[in-house]
Order: sequence, then C-alpha cells, then structure tokens
Amino acid sequence: MTSTLPAATSPAPQDPPGLVVPEGHVKLTIDGVELTAPKGELLIRSAERIGTAIPRFCDHPLLEPVGACRQCLVEVEMGGRPMPKPQAACTQTVADGMVVRTQLTSPVAEKAQRSNLEFLLLNHPLDCPVCDKGGECPLQNQVMANGSGHSRMVDTKRTFTKPLAISTQILLDRERCVLCQRCTRFSDQIAGDRFIDLLERGSSQQIGIATDQPFQSYFSGNTIQICPVGALTSAAYRFRSRPFDLVSTPGVCEHCAGGCAIRVDWRRGEVTRRMAADDPQVNEEWNCDKGRFAFTYVGLDDRLTKPLVRNADGVLAEASWTEAMSAAAAGLATARDSAGVGVLTGGRLTVTDAYAYAKFARLALRTNDIDFRTRAGSAEEDTFLARHVVGNTPETGGVTYTDLEQAKTILLVGLEPEEEAGILFLRLRKSWRQHGSRIYSVGAVKTRGLTKLGGILVPAVPGAEPGVVAGLADSPVGEGLRAAHAVLLVGERAAEVPGLLTAAAQLAESTGARIAWVPRRAGDRGAVEAGALGSLLPGGRPVDGPAARAEVEKSWGASVPDRPGRNTGEILAAAAAGELAGLVVAGVSIEDLPDPTAAAKALAGVGFLVSLEIRRSAVTDLADVVFPVAASVEKDGAYRNWEGRDRPYDATITGKGTLADARVLDTLGVEMDVDLYTQTVKAATADLQRLGAFTGPRPTLAEVPDRPTRPAVEEPRGFLLATWRMNLDGGSLQDGEPYLAGTARAEVARISAVAAAALDLTDGSSVTVSTARGALTLPVEISPVADEVVWLPGRVAGASLASTIGAGHGDRVHLAAATTKGGS
Amino acid sequence: MSFLDPVKGFGVTFATMFKTVVTEDYPKNPEAPAERYHGRHQLNRHPDGLEKCVGCELCAWACPADAIFVEGGDNTDEERYSPGERYGANYQINYLRCIGCGLCIEACPTRSLTMTNEYEMADDDRQRLIYTKDMLLAPLLPGMEQPPHPLRLGDSEDYYVKGPELLRDRTANRTNSEGPQ
Repeated sequence: MTSTLPAATSPAPQDPPGLVVPEGHVKLTIDGVELTAPKGELLIRSAERIGTAIPRFCDHPLLEPVGACRQCLVEVEMGGRPMPKPQAACTQTVADGMVVRTQLTSPVAEKAQRSNLEFLLLNHPLDCPVCDKGGECPLQNQVMANGSGHSRMVDTKRTFTKPLAISTQILLDRERCVLCQRCTRFSDQIAGDRFIDLLERGSSQQIGIATDQPFQSYFSGNTIQICPVGALTSAAYRFRSRPFDLVSTPGVCEHCAGGCAIRVDWRRGEVTRRMAADDPQVNEEWNCDKGRFAFTYVGLDDRLTKPLVRNADGVLAEASWTEAMSAAAAGLATARDSAGVGVLTGGRLTVTDAYAYAKFARLALRTNDIDFRTRAGSAEEDTFLARHVVGNTPETGGVTYTDLEQAKTILLVGLEPEEEAGILFLRLRKSWRQHGSRIYSVGAVKTRGLTKLGGILVPAVPGAEPGVVAGLADSPVGEGLRAAHAVLLVGERAAEVPGLLTAAAQLAESTGARIAWVPRRAGDRGAVEAGALGSLLPGGRPVDGPAARAEVEKSWGASVPDRPGRNTGEILAAAAAGELAGLVVAGVSIEDLPDPTAAAKALAGVGFLVSLEIRRSAVTDLADVVFPVAASVEKDGAYRNWEGRDRPYDATITGKGTLADARVLDTLGVEMDVDLYTQTVKAATADLQRLGAFTGPRPTLAEVPDRPTRPAVEEPRGFLLATWRMNLDGGSLQDGEPYLAGTARAEVARISAVAAAALDLTDGSSVTVSTARGALTLPVEISPVADEVVWLPGRVAGASLASTIGAGHGDRVHLAAATTKGGS
Repeated sequence: MSFLDPVKGFGVTFATMFKTVVTEDYPKNPEAPAERYHGRHQLNRHPDGLEKCVGCELCAWACPADAIFVEGGDNTDEERYSPGERYGANYQINYLRCIGCGLCIEACPTRSLTMTNEYEMADDDRQRLIYTKDMLLAPLLPGMEQPPHPLRLGDSEDYYVKGPELLRDRTANRTNSEGPQ
C-alpha cells in the first residue's frame, strides 16, 4: 500500500514514482512491498496495513508492547546489514530503509515462528475439546493453520491444579497459559487493578494472585476476552456452550450511562454470554464486569409473562391483555378525572419508551406529573438539565469520550467514575496515563478509584461542596479550567446537595470549561431528551414556555397541560396525601427511592396503580393492573449515553412475545381514545424526530438557590454521611449471577484514623452506624476521609441506606463501636 | 414367437428354486448387518462405568444434518460422571435427521460416540425418535457402576489411554487380594 497523504516534502530523487514520504514518516520494505509508515509505528501494524498478518499472541493494539510470546518473529535488515537474530515485530519500530521479511518470504522467519509455536505447545495440554476457548482460540487457530501435526515432546507435560479460582468469577488454568501477559498488562495499564502478576521463574512461571487478595477488579472479564488461550475463563460461562453454537448479535449495555457496545451471544432463546464489542468512540474494546456478566435477571422465575389484574377479591390474578387494557384504561381515566395521575418511569427505559411515557402522561393522563428519577429531584436540577444537558450531543459539540482523553484538566463533581460509570473511568485513566491530564475530584473521600486516575482530591465535606466548588475559580484548579481542553463532569449525585449543580454550572461558565452530566442509569439521559420530566417536554422544551408548548401541541395535534409537573418526591407525597388518585410506575424499585417507607405507603394507598415491569417486585405486588414488558435484550430501541450519543440496537432475543413499554402504552392510549404513535420503535423515533430539538432560549441559572451551610460539628459523635452506589451491590439487574456478586467489593464504613481513635476503633473492627430510623453494623476501614465524615456504600447487604437507616449523602449519623460480636 | 414362450417364464422360476435364497426372513430371523454398518449410536463407558463423553460438542459440530444436540456440564468431586473437568450433561440425537454418515464418530475425541449395528429405529412418533442420553448410553457391563461416582481406576490422566490396562490391574489386584482368603 502506498501512502495517499499529501507530500510535505518533495520526494527524494531515488524514490520510485508514486511513493512520497510525508513529514514524520519513514519508508521501508516489507516482503518486497515498499511503504511509508509514521515514525514509531510497530512493524506488526505496518505489515497489517499492507495485508500481511504476522501471527501474534501478546500483541494488543490497546496495550503497551511487551514482546512476551515471541510468535511474531520476522527477519529485519537495516542499512543492508541483516540483524543477527529474527526480531519481534510487535516491539520493533519502523525505521527508514528497513527491509523486513515476514514468514511469507523468509524461511528464517517462517522457521522461527513454527519453532516458537512448537515451544508454546510443549506444556500446553491438548484439552481443546473441553476448553471453553476451543473454537475461538488464537492458539488453536494458529496451530491448526501453521503448526505441526504431531508433537516431538515425549516427556510428561508440566501440570498444575486446574482450574484455579482467582476470584469467584475468573478461573485460571495455568497449564494452558502461554505467558503472553495480556491479562497482567490489562490489569496494570488499563484497569489499574494489579491483582494478578507473573510468579515464579523458568518452567514454573505462572500467572497468580496474592494469597490474601483475589482478582477483585470491576474489569476482570476483559482479561478473559483478550486471553489468546483458554487460561482465563469465567465461572458463569464454564462449559455452557461452544462458540459455534452461538449466534452473536450486537447490542448496547443497559447497566449504566456509559453506553458500551456489546456482543450478545445466545442460543435457544437464551443469552449465554456477553462480550465487549469494539467501538473506538465509546468503550474501545472493553466493558465492565457488570455489563459482561449481569444478564441472567431476564430469565429468573419471577419474570412476568401475563398481565395481572386485581380482581373483586383484591387478589392479583392473571388476565388477558384485552381485559387488563380495559381495566387499566378505565381505572386511569377515573383517577385522571378525579384528582389526576402521576407517572414514575425509572431510569432504565430506552429513548422511545421514555418518549411514550412522556406523551402518554401529557395526552392520555393530561398532566406533566412525570419524572424519570428514582432519587430526589429539585427545581435546581431541572434548570440545570434544561440549560446544560438536554440537546448536547457529540454532533452539537457536547463533551465526548475522545474529548476527555485529550482534556488537560478534568474536574469531577459528585461523581466516582469507577463505581458509577465504569467505562468512563477507563477512559479517564487513559487520559491521565497517556495524555497527562490532571484530574480533580470534589469530595470527602480520597478513593482508590481516584488514586488510579492520578487524581487530586479537592476536600469538601458532604453539604459543603457548593462553597468549595464556587471557591475553585480562583485556585490552581480554576487556572486549569480556564485553559483550553478543560472539562467539568457532574455526577447525578450532585443534585442531592442543594446549590452544587448551580455552583458547578457557574464555575464552568466563569472559567469557560465544558460541562457534562453523568447520570447513573442507561435511560436517564434519554428520559431527559424524551421529556419524561415534569418541567421539560420532548426535545428540551420548557413546559412553562408558551412557544415551546405550542410546537409540541402542533406536532402532537393535541393540547399539552401548561402547569409544570411535580418531581418524584412530590408525586409520591401527593399520592400519599390523596392529591393524586392514580400512579403509573415503570421499572422503579421502592427501596431506591429517597424515602422507601413513605413511598411504599403512598403506592399502597393510592387509588389506582398501574405497573409495567419485567419481574415481580414490591410495586407489582401493590398494583391494580400489571403489564409484563420486554427486557432490554428482547426489544429494539436506543439508549442515550451520558454524552448524548444515540446508541441504537436491535432485539437479540425475539419470539418471546414480550412487548416494549411504548407498544403497551400505545395500545393503552387507544383504549383511552388517544393516539400516541409509539407502536413501533420506528414510528416513535419518527414522531420524536419530527419534534426536533428546541431552538428557543434556555433557562438561566440566575436564581441561585440558598446554599445551606451545614452547622459545624457540635456533637462529638455526629458524623456527616458521604455515600454513593457501588458498581456491584446486589441491584435487581444483577440478580441470578452469584459468581459476579462474589467479586463485589467488601462493604465497609470508611472513617479517618483520627475518628477511629476517638471512637476506639481499629481497622476491621465493627462499627454501628445509626440514625433515629435505624442502624447497621459494618467493619471499619481507616481511610483518607475528613475527620467528621463517614463513608458508607449506597447499599449494604442488598438494602439501600434509605431503607435501613433512612439517611442519605450529607445527613448526620451516629457512630459507635459495635457492642455485640465484634468482627476484627 | 415359439410355442414354448408361455412356459419360458416358469423356467426362470424353477431354476431359481435351486439357487441360494437372496431374501431375508425378516423379522423372524433377522440377519446381522455388515460389521461396520452405521446403525444407532452408542455413548460408551470407561471400564468403571464413568462416561467417556466429555460434552465437547464436536459431534454436533461435525454433523452435516444438525441432528445432535449437546450441552456440557461441570464435574465436581462430589458428582462425577466422567474423568476430567467436563461431561455431557445433555445429549440428544434426532434420528429423523441423522443420515448415518458417521462424521460424528470421526469427530469424537474420546471414542465415546460409536455406532452399533442396530437398525430397527422406525417409529410413528417423532418425539420418540429423538434419542436422549439415557437411551444412547451403553449398558452397564459387569464391573461397571452407574455414575456419578469417583474415579475407580486411579489417576484420571491415564484414563483414556490406559483404560483397559487399568482395568486388568484392578482385576488382578482384586484376585490378589481375594487370593489369600
């Protein structure tokens, strides 16, 4: 292949016609083909560009070169002098005038590769028929293509105990390992979790873990995917099928706002495994373990398959769709006409489903009382979303993963990327490692995740963040933000602290840094765009703007209520107070809500409750009509990731007869004499696109809400609670996958050494955290935390803090050494 | 046209009466088919009764008619069906589809799947023509034990290669140990 780049310098006279060497490039010959390559490029890549595949095991484009497996040996000649030995093409960089001969033209290279293959097979067991990698194994393919038909090895092979569980999920078979170090390099370079490493020497060299520390990384599944042999396999997929049984369908992960491209492998109507797909714009070639392994929730026994209607005896009984539709339509119409109906959608819907709820609420229920949040919302957040989030996409200049990679300064506010947006964490780490970005995080805890980003903590105790953020403008952080390529990433948790979103937005506006909002769930961003929010109509149109409303009314051909809707907390309070006669609830777990007890009461007491769910839950148990809906894998749709990037996907599992929320609502709408036009994803997308984005003025953040300053610590044992949800914490979408649950981080209470000393606690001893509403006991981990702060995981033993101690971020809790059995 | 023509045909009949019979007296006295006749499949066992099948699905992969369905399972020390890590948890051959080509036999890495000479597989029910693992497994011969059970012949590495040898050793050991009594 010859370069088509424009010539920066005129070609040297001896160059053959047609081959020009651009600036920063060199000219070399591979197998008699002359080509140019950028300086520093590895030979193996240059060869790829002319269509020559040099065999390799350890080489991976996203990992640093190591030259461990020696499979890519080629003959290299420099300045007319051949190098004394064959060179590894994966570590050798190109040079001007280099003459390379690969296995295609050089008998030396061919023999070197063949011999190396034989060497790698010396101790490799011939258990391909029982190996999970068999059928998709680079080593197997390589041997089948180029290897010898028989083995000259007559001695007994080296054996190890197999398999060795290096975490509950990851199984290591050391016999099969060819020591390419892809797994250790991935863990070290990409994930920053150096839990596995090479141990021993010589023929007993092996991959291993420390005796007391399992391979507890959120990204461990990637090592299975990049392992070129079957040395790393997963417990979940162990012996479940062979690659040739499986149908691979591209998909998009439903677990967080990252929007990772995945490959779903399925057989007989069931997903058998998921892999990370290659999407350089978003997830590169990685994903997190939750996205890889948490898919079994779809097939659990509590899956709803038929509509349920509460009969005259007050019992939920299976009913036909027709029956359920008319019962729901009648009940909702009555409730709407008496006091009104509220809609809670949860944050897991696809864009078209969220749009269907938004339209259903406005047209069929004639209300704006709709909210996608399962957490506390505020007017401040609504304004922030309308001003800084909605409509920002990569096309309109929104912050992208690539922008983060090239950013010089990144400030994280209310965001713990490793726990809340795994793939964002990997990109931030790459940004720091490869491009030297400076990452700052405003918070009370210097976490391991932040350390892995080379990050600097801007200390702020819970509740004091707005002041700290506001004060950053005149600090070195502010300097960094004022310079080019600065990004401010705001997590959804920022909404829990009054004034923090405004402070962050003002900091971005005053410094000129770009700002992006990172929600936690896959459907959050799409819900904002689709108008599943009390204050915003689809496309970011403010409900209280007559012009914006008119646009929607024109497109929908119906009138839209003009009173801005209530948020989740207000909707539930209104339902409890009898100000709402009905509720439509989709994909909401009661215990995720800010006040689960009150929410359960509200749902139980509301006149008419319709639930659209995939599995039985506390909400469906209280509902009057339950519609079973399709899980993510069973329907077409699209998510919007935090960038605002559209992530469309097609259904993987078809033929189950499950219907998407939008389809159910469309039919329910017809039953209530309203046409939603959301029967199919295509129709709903077209309907939404017809509306387009709002071009009118966006609301301003002028009205800064009061910044409540927390009182200084008065009582000696009153601690400020800092908390967020962990990546793996027994959430409902992780059900049915015990191997994955075993890799979750230990649940600990983090306090400072000073606080621990004051409380007479040591590392590992039990502490009881209590409020007026409840208490829980956890082991202590002494960490770099502010002295008056205690950090707790968002869920402990599968129950949210809101449901156990009724406290959230910034609340005061009481700490004491556990009186009963200590767990040191 | 001769006057003998009408009886000429009988000549053939009479002559045939003195030749070897080519028809078979089926089903009263069915003849054995050729030794390598591709009949019904069988899943063989090791001498101690453990299954040879490792659930590798290579038979299913090789099958040109997609007649074989296999699902692997994980052997544990408590519940062992075959030597090694993996066993065939679910094994089905659909004889409505099977064309008897024997490619599955060639693909089998453990000589677990072989073909018997049995050919009487006609039925009027499609469901009954899908043979499941229990129907395909070889019968337990004397000395065999119904799995799951631990390895009775010693080290699992030598199981495939040295099966018969190990069996001889075991029998010898048994006779030796019984001898002095």
